[in-house]
Amino acid sequence: MSNIEKNKANNAMRYLPLTPQDRSEMLARIGAADIDALFADIPADKRLTSLPDLPRTKSEIEVERMLGRMAAKNIAAGSAPFFVGCGAYKHHIPASVDHLIQRSEFLTSYTPYQPEIAQGTLHYLFEFQTQVALLTGMEVANASMYDGSTACAEAVLMAHRITKRKKAVLAGNLHPHYRETVETLSGMSDHAVLALPPSPQGTEDIAAAIDNETSCVVVQTPDFYGHLHDLKPIAEKAHAAGALLIAVVTEVVSLGLVTPPGAMGADIVVGEGQSIGNALSFGGPYVGLFASRMKYVRQMPGRLVGETVDAEGKRGFVLTLSTREQHIRREKATSNICTNSGLCTLAFSIHLSLLGEAGLRKLARINHANAVKLADALGAVRGVEVLNGTFFNEFTIRVRGDAAEIVEQLGRRDILGGVPASRLDPGRPELRDLIIVASTEVNTDEDRAAYAQALEEVLA
Amino acid sequence: MNRQGRPTQPIEALAIAPDTFTGNRALRIEEALIFEIGRPEVTGVDLDEPAAFTARLGGLERRDIGLPGLSEPEAVRHYVRLSRMNYGIDSGVFPLGSCTMKHNPRLNEKMARLPGFGDVHPLQPQSTVPGALALMAELSRWLCELTGMPAVALSPKAGAHGELCGMMAIKAALAARGEKRSVVLVPESAHGTNPATAALLGYRVESIPARPDGTVDPAEVKKHLSNDVAAIMLTNPNTCGLFERDVVAIADAVHAAGAYFYADGANFNAIVGKVRPGDLGVDAMHINLHKTFSTPHGGGGPGAGPVTLSAALSDFAPLPYVVTDADSVRLVEHAQDGDGKPFGRMCAFHGQAGMFVRAMSYMLAHGSDGMRQASEDAVLNANYVKAGLRDLMSLPFGDGPCMHEVLFDDRWLEGTGVSTLDFAKAMIDEGYHPMTMYFPLVVHGAMLIEPTESESKASLDLFVAALRALTMAAKRGDIARFSGAPYYAPRRRLDETRAARAPVLRWSKPAGQEAAE
Repeated sequence: MSNIEKNKANNAMRYLPLTPQDRSEMLARIGAADIDALFADIPADKRLTSLPDLPRTKSEIEVERMLGRMAAKNIAAGSAPFFVGCGAYKHHIPASVDHLIQRSEFLTSYTPYQPEIAQGTLHYLFEFQTQVALLTGMEVANASMYDGSTACAEAVLMAHRITKRKKAVLAGNLHPHYRETVETLSGMSDHAVLALPPSPQGTEDIAAAIDNETSCVVVQTPDFYGHLHDLKPIAEKAHAAGALLIAVVTEVVSLGLVTPPGAMGADIVVGEGQSIGNALSFGGPYVGLFASRMKYVRQMPGRLVGETVDAEGKRGFVLTLSTREQHIRREKATSNICTNSGLCTLAFSIHLSLLGEAGLRKLARINHANAVKLADALGAVRGVEVLNGTFFNEFTIRVRGDAAEIVEQLGRRDILGGVPASRLDPGRPELRDLIIVASTEVNTDEDRAAYAQALEEVLA
Repeated sequence: MNRQGRPTQPIEALAIAPDTFTGNRALRIEEALIFEIGRPEVTGVDLDEPAAFTARLGGLERRDIGLPGLSEPEAVRHYVRLSRMNYGIDSGVFPLGSCTMKHNPRLNEKMARLPGFGDVHPLQPQSTVPGALALMAELSRWLCELTGMPAVALSPKAGAHGELCGMMAIKAALAARGEKRSVVLVPESAHGTNPATAALLGYRVESIPARPDGTVDPAEVKKHLSNDVAAIMLTNPNTCGLFERDVVAIADAVHAAGAYFYADGANFNAIVGKVRPGDLGVDAMHINLHKTFSTPHGGGGPGAGPVTLSAALSDFAPLPYVVTDADSVRLVEHAQDGDGKPFGRMCAFHGQAGMFVRAMSYMLAHGSDGMRQASEDAVLNANYVKAGLRDLMSLPFGDGPCMHEVLFDDRWLEGTGVSTLDFAKAMIDEGYHPMTMYFPLVVHGAMLIEPTESESKASLDLFVAALRALTMAAKRGDIARFSGAPYYAPRRRLDETRAARAPVLRWSKPAGQEAAE
């Protein structure tokens, strides 16, 4: 018998420390005849009499082989010229980030409900909150949300609580997934949403849609098609109507170079923090950023860490203002949120500490420079038009033909050339020839040249 | 002269350990904030300045940000020091009831970091990610088989998000029937997220009291049922660590009233391979991948909360969802591309895909036999702890078998002057993470202990011995040991009242420094 077979015969596997002898001794101590005696409350006619119809235990090497085969079927971003963005970006992550977040004491700890033995987590969350407040130009930030889209939906609910109104206006160039997430939650909560139609040229008049019933206007910058927006006129119009401005940032690296929403009158800023410290991971887990003005802090969802002192007067940190939260308030809580994105938050904070102000600004400049170079290269291809006057590291091109088909053909040439707008907004024929293209610090001049060349061939 | 190898001998020490000049205590080193040690001009990432180019920012250039930077050695030291102020599963027993702090296999981490999983974008052409889609389909298959339910919504990002998803599916199903019901029933012992979720969707919450044995009485449920009740949200096993033995009668009554049965699957880890929720009449149940299937808790997230759905609800599953065709798997991202009637979208992209890989790695490693064994060991361990403490601590609902966690109340502390909180803090000094305290709310001074299947018998014997020593100390009036605890943690008890009264939620420059600039 092989060892694995022996293990199977003993009904044992590597993650389970109890031996058959332990089990019988323990049952004796408990006073139970057998293990099923402990499951006696489960209705007998419902209990499973055989194992679920699934494979048996596997060795580490077998699991690696199976999952390795699955992984090998995918084209990794790092293995091809890569220009896909739209709310998730391929950036370089310093090696120390992933090493540090895998420290046992970070990886395997829980929500810091026992602050005396969770100062590590609380300390970095306090630093994270400060970093996010500085980046967004806001007064206060929470300890993170699930991701940018859910942060956005929660921001709308928060605005409703503050203004006691129930109607949100969504800019047409809000990420379509964010729009749908807001629409779903609002629709289910009997709140009104006015979603403006997309404006790939970036010329829509958002302020005109604000009326006296509007609770909040939600504007993304850089927007889904890459355009940058001066939010000040929108903020003024919103405030005059008694509404709040919620700014959405899905590419947080842009805040190293572009005026932050907090300096343009935003009341709440939400964002996706994946770009700093977090891998693409096929869409998650990511880290939602949530910042606001201090006067609204008691209406904020999510965890907050605050500074205090211990019994010896030493500085320490605790979860605070938890009377907003579900475990205290139950049905009267500000939201049902009960987790943040702890480890992703840590990755964000470590990477941003490593970058610092100087590094972030330079990283943002490189991203912008690379996107400018790419826009110039693609704009020179016959049959391609760059729609943007302004952008950060992402812009929209109009191509001759069906954008989804062209992106597919680029993929066959091992170039991941961006996102066809129709992938997220399929119902609009006017978007069928648009591709949203991103270029970050990972792209080389060769990558850009290869893209332009391939696009030329595909369009020929 | 190299004296490093010079042997030392114990000599007569000071009676009381002196305070150190630095505040450090040997391996435990005090650490400042990055804002106090970093500088704006320092960076730990080398980047080349781009060649000159014309910006296209439309005049929206930003000035100062105020972020500190650290070199790589400074950053590594900062975060390593912080990590040492944390207690994790890898540090010791972490018996936090209802939270399932089981071992996090490192194989899961390795698998999630394979470039084909960790470095793929959610919006790449589907033709470039067949393996990632196949993994989602395979995870769905396993979750459906283990729960006995036909469909699963993978995208919810955490348990509470899964609750929201399940309750939205119920609301959509009612709407499809042309009904708008306004009440959700929630037992008193439920997690706070249950009533918060129901309220978020505009439901009025009616609380169902527990009967004296800690479970829900179907007769009490029937009293509250009407054609205005949308659903019951029932945790099973419940938060008292007990299996709701009348669950089938409850499900039948709920269905007879035209309502749905939402199960909070936080405690699914007790029953995997033993019974299938679908066979008990459950219509929707979220599964915390970070509990039952070992994805790391990470200091409070990220979680992952897929929701399994019954035939009555499966059509309403949110976007996106995977469909397995003859020879491939595709992702349906829009209602018109599939056969379902999705109620909407929970979040951007496809959910916590990195957690799907970890959970799949756990499931493959255990297999059906290993998962059933894990449930049995979790239940065995909890009952073993109960057997070791039942003569000293008080059990609120009698001495019958518990599931994966054992609940004590504080009657045994009466008259000692020690509270549940004090007792928990004294456990810290003994090297243990405290159990869940003051939850569930149905029990006074609750102490909820969940050892999980990851503890060996030897480890549980030490744990029980430590708790027995503490209980006896409390009973003999050794109060200072408790009231001042913890004494040996990186921090003594923290002033939470002060933190809430005048909140300091971010670092700011000290006043003098501000003026100097």
